[in-house]
Amino acid sequence: MTFGQLPYDVAHLLGGGMLLLSFMLLYQRRVGAVVNALATQGALLAAAAAWQGFVQDAPQLYLTALIALGAKAVLIPLALRLLIRRLALARGVDTALGIGPSLLAGVALVALSILVALPITTGVAAMAREDLAIALSVVLLGMLMMITRRNAILQVVGLMSLENGLVLAAVGVAGMPLVVELSTAALVMLVLVVAGVFVFQIRGRFDSVDIALLHPHRGEGG
Amino acid sequence: MPEEFSLAWLLVLLPWAGAVLLAFLKGEVLAARVNCGVSAAGFLLALVVIGEPFAVQGWTRLDALNLPLLLVAALIGLTTAIYSLGAVETEAFDTLRLRAYHAAFQTFMGAQALALLADNMGVMWVAIEIATLASVLMVGVHGTPPAIEAAWKFFILCGVGIALALLGTIILHLAAQPVTGGADGLSWAALRAVAARCDPGVLNLAFVFILVGYGTKAGLVPLHAWLPDAEAEGPIAISAVLSGLLLNAALHAVLRVKAILGANPDVVPPENLLLALGLASVLVAAFALWRRRDARRFFAWSSILHMGLAACGFGFGGAVGNLAGLLHMLGHSLAKSAAFFGIGAAIRLRGSQRLADLGGLCASQPALGWALLVAVLAVAGLPPFALFASEFLLLAEAASHHAWAVLPLGLGLLVAVAAKITVGQALCLGEARPDLAGPAPGWTVLGPIWLHLALALLLGAALPGPVRALLGEAAGVAG
Repeated sequence: MTFGQLPYDVAHLLGGGMLLLSFMLLYQRRVGAVVNALATQGALLAAAAAWQGFVQDAPQLYLTALIALGAKAVLIPLALRLLIRRLALARGVDTALGIGPSLLAGVALVALSILVALPITTGVAAMAREDLAIALSVVLLGMLMMITRRNAILQVVGLMSLENGLVLAAVGVAGMPLVVELSTAALVMLVLVVAGVFVFQIRGRFDSVDIALLHPHRGEGG
Repeated sequence: MPEEFSLAWLLVLLPWAGAVLLAFLKGEVLAARVNCGVSAAGFLLALVVIGEPFAVQGWTRLDALNLPLLLVAALIGLTTAIYSLGAVETEAFDTLRLRAYHAAFQTFMGAQALALLADNMGVMWVAIEIATLASVLMVGVHGTPPAIEAAWKFFILCGVGIALALLGTIILHLAAQPVTGGADGLSWAALRAVAARCDPGVLNLAFVFILVGYGTKAGLVPLHAWLPDAEAEGPIAISAVLSGLLLNAALHAVLRVKAILGANPDVVPPENLLLALGLASVLVAAFALWRRRDARRFFAWSSILHMGLAACGFGFGGAVGNLAGLLHMLGHSLAKSAAFFGIGAAIRLRGSQRLADLGGLCASQPALGWALLVAVLAVAGLPPFALFASEFLLLAEAASHHAWAVLPLGLGLLVAVAAKITVGQALCLGEARPDLAGPAPGWTVLGPIWLHLALALLLGAALPGPVRALLGEAAGVAG
């Protein structure tokens, strides 16, 4: 499969769209817009999984797509929006590293993943290796977001985007066993993270989800 | 679903059934007793599993590498449940927290058993994730701000860690896929069999992600940041199982992948990376030990040190290095959980976990004080306990094959041993501090401590023949 063939082109388009949305996550300045970008990325992931299910003739991938669509494009973004409204969280994005430098670092990470993934995977099918390069970029950009954002909720968004990259990698590898189980298990973790924020906030332990406020509790003081 | 149902599955399903039961039990003492009962049944089951033949059955496998780890885990599960029986009243749980605590404990026990038993790398990953979620719940169970911070940090850092481990697992499958065509693509046995024909570059990439991912869970420097916080919060029984079992399960997962890479001659030796992280852990932790003021954090840093030492052993590789690493994992589990039991009882007596407030236990509580002192010396790696034997093997292996490593390793060990002896002295022999009113620690504390120490002594001073043979075979499995 090479450039110019439909299965390859569509997979590439969807993966590229996810990567673009990872960059959008990095440059948005409002939390609401970040959540929208995350939801769109989830929808694209669902489309990518369904496309792979069609191309590889693997019906279980449709299930992965359905779960991704329901949870990542609809339910989790809704929960996050509810969380923001209910807790009256600040709508602005509080950055540890400015938007411009974050984007530059993001470009560097994409270059890194291409440099890492493409040369060493020459023995692997073309679709799998370029998929891997894109997925690796999404994963690294998710990590970058977790590092450069200070609000707990944006760190959760970063973790979710990272996990979107993982599922993209998993569906791109032909014949991967347990894809549905593994992606569901990873999703359970994310749901619990969101639930954790939810529960602790509703109990009013902290006035803000800014994790810098947690540091006084690090212990060993005094 | 697995093609065959193996006895080993019972080791996983029994605690999980217990967890369901415990989630509904309201009585404090009743729940703690049922918890003990389930753990005792799990331990007996683990003893029965010794008689099983080594084989792959469906998703699980039993071999020389996971059998000793399973046995020690089942034993520590039992002793921790016994310790918890005596300590549960002082934790002052409300009903919901009590149920969550016991259910999470048994869920954790089942999941770590599955992580050790799994032959399928995907199942292993899911098991480690479940174990992580259960331990996050146990760390944060008290709901105080420090507990929530520790649980949050644990969750986020280990969340990233296990996500990367999943990526590593996917890449591992990607490496094998052209050879196997996708069938059995996540089975450890199948991966190891075809590793020689896989692309070495892809295998390298997979190992890096697996090492960073599971290495986070194993507490290797520089991925260790969650461990001291997590072990300083939550019921102390959790610190014992976190140190004793979760770290082992994670390191075991790294070892499995290292063994896969070991079957391919063209990869960058995974030993080098393990050795680098191991040495970094040893050095950072050895110096960090001197700056600790909190008793539980002190022992958490000691866990980082010991995981680093075990990683060095596996990093040296070969029969002797792997044997030293395995013996170190087993000895560390036994000694460290004994130390945590003693420290937990001391914290209960003094109402504080600062080292300065815990001093002079031998004068005020001789039975506890001496037991804790011996446990701290065992953790420090003094003879005749198991950690001394493994550290001796480690240094001997370094001296004969990796002479450059002797200096950093020896320096780290020396600094750490000195720190632990200093703390042990202050804790047990120093000037006595006033105790709070309360009953002296009973058999639920002292029994587990001495049992663990006796076993650590047995492993260190007189390694029985069958155990030696088993560990030797395990060293071969670890590649």
